[in-house]
Amino acid sequence: MRGRNGIIVAFVALALLVGAGVQAAEPIKVGAILAVTGPASFLGGPESRTLEMLAEEVNAKGGINGHKVELFIMDSGGSPEKAVSFAKQLIEEKKVLAILGPSTSGETMQIKGIAEEGKTILLSCAAAEVIVNPVAKWVFKTPQKDSDAIQAIFNQMKSMKISKIGVLSGNTGFGKAGKGQIEKLAPENGITIVASEVYDKASTDLTAEVTKLKAANVEAIVNWSIVPAQSIVIKNARQIGFTGPIFQSHGFGNIKYVAAAGAAAEGVIFPAGRLLVADVLPDSNAQKPVLVKYKNDYEKKYKEDASTFGGHAYDAFMILAKAIEKAGSTDKEKVRDAIETMRGFVGTGGVFDFSAEDHNGLGIDAFELLTVKDGKFALYGK
Amino acid sequence: MRKQGLQIAGFATVVAAIQLVTSLTGNVYHLTQLTMSAYYSLVVLGLCILTGYAGQISIGHAGFFAIGGYLSALLTTHDLSAHGGLIVSGLAAMGILTRRPDLYGGDLLTVHPWPACIFAVLTAVAIAFAIGGPVLKLKGHYLAMATLGFGIIVYRIVLGTELVGSADGIYNVPAFPLLPGIVVSGKSSLRVMNYYVAWGFVILGMVFLLNLVRSRVGRALASIHGAEDAAEAMGIPTARYKLKIFVVSAAFAAVAGVLLTHYNGGIGPSESSVMKSVRYLAIVAIGGMANLWGTLLMSLLLNYLSLRGYFGTYDDAVFGGILILIMLFAPDGLLRRQLFEELRAAVFPAGGEKET
Amino acid sequence: MNLDLFLQYMVAGVTYGTIYGIVAVGFNMIYNATGIINFAQGEFVMLGGMTAVTLGRFLPLPAAILGAVLITMIVGALLEILFIRWLHRPSVLRMIVITIGLSILIREGALHIWGESVRALPYFTGTSVTSIRLGGVYISPQVLWVVGIGAVVVAILAGFFRYTLLGMQMRACAANRDAARLCGISAKNMVTFSFMLSAGIGALGGCIVSPITYVQYDSGVPLAIKGFTVAILGGLGNSLASAGAGMLLGILESLSISVLPAAYKDVISVAILLGILFVRPSGLFGSVEEARLKEF
Repeated sequence: MRGRNGIIVAFVALALLVGAGVQAAEPIKVGAILAVTGPASFLGGPESRTLEMLAEEVNAKGGINGHKVELFIMDSGGSPEKAVSFAKQLIEEKKVLAILGPSTSGETMQIKGIAEEGKTILLSCAAAEVIVNPVAKWVFKTPQKDSDAIQAIFNQMKSMKISKIGVLSGNTGFGKAGKGQIEKLAPENGITIVASEVYDKASTDLTAEVTKLKAANVEAIVNWSIVPAQSIVIKNARQIGFTGPIFQSHGFGNIKYVAAAGAAAEGVIFPAGRLLVADVLPDSNAQKPVLVKYKNDYEKKYKEDASTFGGHAYDAFMILAKAIEKAGSTDKEKVRDAIETMRGFVGTGGVFDFSAEDHNGLGIDAFELLTVKDGKFALYGK
Repeated sequence: MRKQGLQIAGFATVVAAIQLVTSLTGNVYHLTQLTMSAYYSLVVLGLCILTGYAGQISIGHAGFFAIGGYLSALLTTHDLSAHGGLIVSGLAAMGILTRRPDLYGGDLLTVHPWPACIFAVLTAVAIAFAIGGPVLKLKGHYLAMATLGFGIIVYRIVLGTELVGSADGIYNVPAFPLLPGIVVSGKSSLRVMNYYVAWGFVILGMVFLLNLVRSRVGRALASIHGAEDAAEAMGIPTARYKLKIFVVSAAFAAVAGVLLTHYNGGIGPSESSVMKSVRYLAIVAIGGMANLWGTLLMSLLLNYLSLRGYFGTYDDAVFGGILILIMLFAPDGLLRRQLFEELRAAVFPAGGEKET
Repeated sequence: MNLDLFLQYMVAGVTYGTIYGIVAVGFNMIYNATGIINFAQGEFVMLGGMTAVTLGRFLPLPAAILGAVLITMIVGALLEILFIRWLHRPSVLRMIVITIGLSILIREGALHIWGESVRALPYFTGTSVTSIRLGGVYISPQVLWVVGIGAVVVAILAGFFRYTLLGMQMRACAANRDAARLCGISAKNMVTFSFMLSAGIGALGGCIVSPITYVQYDSGVPLAIKGFTVAILGGLGNSLASAGAGMLLGILESLSISVLPAAYKDVISVAILLGILFVRPSGLFGSVEEARLKEF
C-alpha cells in the first residue's frame, strides 16, 4: 500500500515539477511601439532605453511570477501607418499581453481602435487627453494630464497676481493640446490671453514671435512646445529684454534643455514630475526611493541624464508588472482588471489611482512646480 | 497581348497562392502588411511610368498620396451635424452625407466615403493638372527641386493646419464600402477580403499601365525620355503627353492614399514627408526604372519588410543606401530588361534564339 | 508695425540670411565645378556643428571649430572620391538620386553616432542672454559673429578665386573642363577640391550659427532646401549673388510672420522657390540666355 502511495506521490510531485518547469519556461510577451528614430525621437529614445533596462533588471531577478519578460520594441519612427502595422503584428502574430507606448498622441489614437478590437492592453506614453477621454476599456496612459499642468501654472500666476499673458505654442499635437487647454482654463482663473502665436516646431529662431508678445505688454509668457523650441524661446525672450516670468510646459523635463539654453534658463518656472528633483526631495516623500533608484540606474547605464519622458515608459512597464503580479496570471482580462483597480501605485510621474472612469490615474498633485537655479532644477519657492 | 495576359494571370495566381498558404499555415496576419504593400505599390507603379518611362523625376509624389488620403479622411470624419444650412440638408437629401455612430455612442453626420473618395481623387488630379504645366517645363535639377518643393508644401500644410489634426493626423476614419458586400477596412475578420481588394486594384492598375506603355502614348513617352527635342521635332506634343502621364501618376497616388487611409483607419503627416517620396523613388530605381513588373515585385518585397519592422531603426538608411548602390552600380535598376538578355547571353552565348 | 519691431525682424532676417547664403555658396561651388547640385550640402553644415560640439568637450573653442572644419572637409573629399569621381558622365537623374541617398546616409549615421538630442556650441562671446542694445533693437553678440564671419568668408573666397593660382584653376575647370585639362589642370582634383572647400565652408557656417539655432541630426535637410532656393534665386553658379539672395530670403521669411501664422514660415521659402522656378529659373541676377544653354 505504502509503496503505491509512494509512487502516486512521486508521480504527482513529478507532474507538478514538470508543470512548474513548463510554466517557468513560458515567457510573458510584451510589445512596445516607440518612436526611437524620427521627429519624436527625443521621446522614443529615452523610452526604449528605459524599457530595455527594466526588462533586463526584471529578468535578472527571475521574471514576474517566475516568468521571464520577452520585450519586443518596434521603432515606428513616429509614423502612424507603421504604428498601425506594428500594432496588428504584435497583437495577432506575437500575441503580446500588452503594448507599451506609442510615444506620440497621434500614433496612439490611430491604434486605439486596434487595441480595443484585439482586446489587448495598451499603456500609452503619450499625453493627449483624448486617449483616455472617452474611456476605452483596454487603453490607459501614464503621462500626467495637460489640464493639471496648466492649472498648476495658473495657480502660481494667481499668487503672483499675473493676469495678462502671452502664449506661444508649437504646431505639434502636444502644443496644440496645451494651447487648447490654456484657452479653456484661462477665463475661470481670471487670466487674459493678450497675444498668442503658433510656430513651427523646428523653428530655429523665435525672436520675431517674442518681440510681438513683448510689444503687447504681457506680464508673463507661457510656452508650450517641445525641444528645441523650448530653449530657443527663453533665449530669444531674454535677449530682447523681456524680464517677466516665463512658464514652460512639463515637456521641459530634461536637463539638456537647460544646458542648451544656458543662462537664459535661469528662473524659468514649469510644472513637472518629481523625477527631476529627486535628490532634493524630503526623505518622507513617497516617490523619492523610486525616483532616486530609476535616476541612478538610468544614468549609470546610459551615461546621460534621466528625463521625465523615460519616466513615462518606466511607469507603463512597472504598472504592467505589478498588475501581472497582482492578477497572478497572464490572462489579458485579469491583468487589465488588475490595472484598473490599482490604487496608490508609486511611479515616476506621480502616485497612480486608476479606476473604471480614470484610465490615467494622476491628478494635479502629480505635479511639482520647478524652476532652474544655477543651471540645475530646483523646487520653486522652496 | 497574350504575353501580357499570361503575366497578369501568373501574378494573380501568385497572389492567390500566398493567401492560401498563409491561411493553411495559420499565418494569416501576414496579409495585413501585404495589403498595405499593395496600396503603396499603386503609388510606385504610377511613379514608375512617370520617372522610369517618361524620364520626369519626381521627389514629391507622397504629396499626392497625402492629398487623396487627407481629403477623404477629413470629409468622412468631420461632423457636420452642427451646420444647419441649406447646403448641408441638400447634400444629405442627395445621399452624399451619411449618419453613423462614433466609437463612443455619439452621432456623426459626415460625407459618405464614395463621394469623399471621388472628391479627393479629383482634387489631386486637378492640382496635378494645375502645377503640372509649369513644373514639367523644367528639366533636370530644377524639375527635381520643384517636385520636392511641392511635396514639402503639402507636408507643411498638413502639419500646420489644425483642421486636419496638425501633427496628430486624422483618426477614426470609417471603413469604405466599395460595393455591396465589399468593404475596405482594417478589421481582422475582413482581412482576406481586403487582401484581394487591394491586389485587385493593383492588377487593374497594372493592366491599365501595361496597355498605356504599349500604346501610342507609351511609345511617345519612350521617345521623350530618350531625346525630348528630337521627339518635339518629330511632331510629338511632348508637353501634352508629359502632363497626361503626370496626372495619371498623381491619380494612382491619390487613389492609393484614399484606400490605404480607409484601411488603416487614419492618416498622419508622415505620409507626405520627403522620406516617403524618396522611398517611392528608391523602389522605382531598384525595380528597374522602366520596368513595371520589376518595380512591383521590389515594392512588394521592400514595403513588406519595412512594415514588419525588419529594418529596425535603420529603415530610412536602408532606402538611402539602396538609392546610392543602385545609382552607382546599376543605374538602370536591378531587374532591368537588359538583365534578362545579359543572363541569357551568359548562359547561351551567341547562337541562342532571341524572343521578341 | 513700428520701426523698432521692423528692425528687430530685420536682425533675425539678416542672421538667417547669412546662413542661407553660406549654404548657397557651397552649392554654387560644387555646381560650378561639376554641374551637380549636391543635396547633401545641408549635412555638411550639420556635421560641422555636431563635430565641433564633440571636439569642444576637450579642446578650446577655436581649436574645436578648426578641427570640425577640417574633419568635414575630409568627409567631403571622401564623398567625392568614393561616390562621384569614378562615374563616367553620369546623367542628372543619377546624380540627384546619389546625392539624396548620401544625404540620407549621413543623416542616419549622425543619428546613430550622436543620438537624437540637440547640441550647441557655447556662445563665442557672452552668454545666451547678453544682448547689445541699439536704440530699441536687441542684438545678440553671436549675430555679429555670424554676419562678420560670413562677410569675411565671402571676401576671402572672392579673393581666392580671383587672385590665387588654385582659384583660377578651379574657375578654368568650371568654365570649360576640356580646355582646362588641355592646359594641364587636373580636372578630377579640382572637383575633389571644390567638394572639400564646399564642405569646409558649410561646416564653418554650422559652427558659428549653432549657439543660436542648435544642431540636431536632421538639421541638414531644411537648410539644404533653403540654400538651394537662395542659390537659384541668385542665379545658379553665381556665388556673389547668393550672398545677396540669402539676405533677401532671410528677411522675407522673418517679416512674413507678421502677416502669416508662424507655422507656415517654411512654406514661404518653398513658395519662393517654386515661384522662381516657374517664372525665371535663371534667378534674379542670372542671364536668361545662359540658363537656356546650360546642359541638363
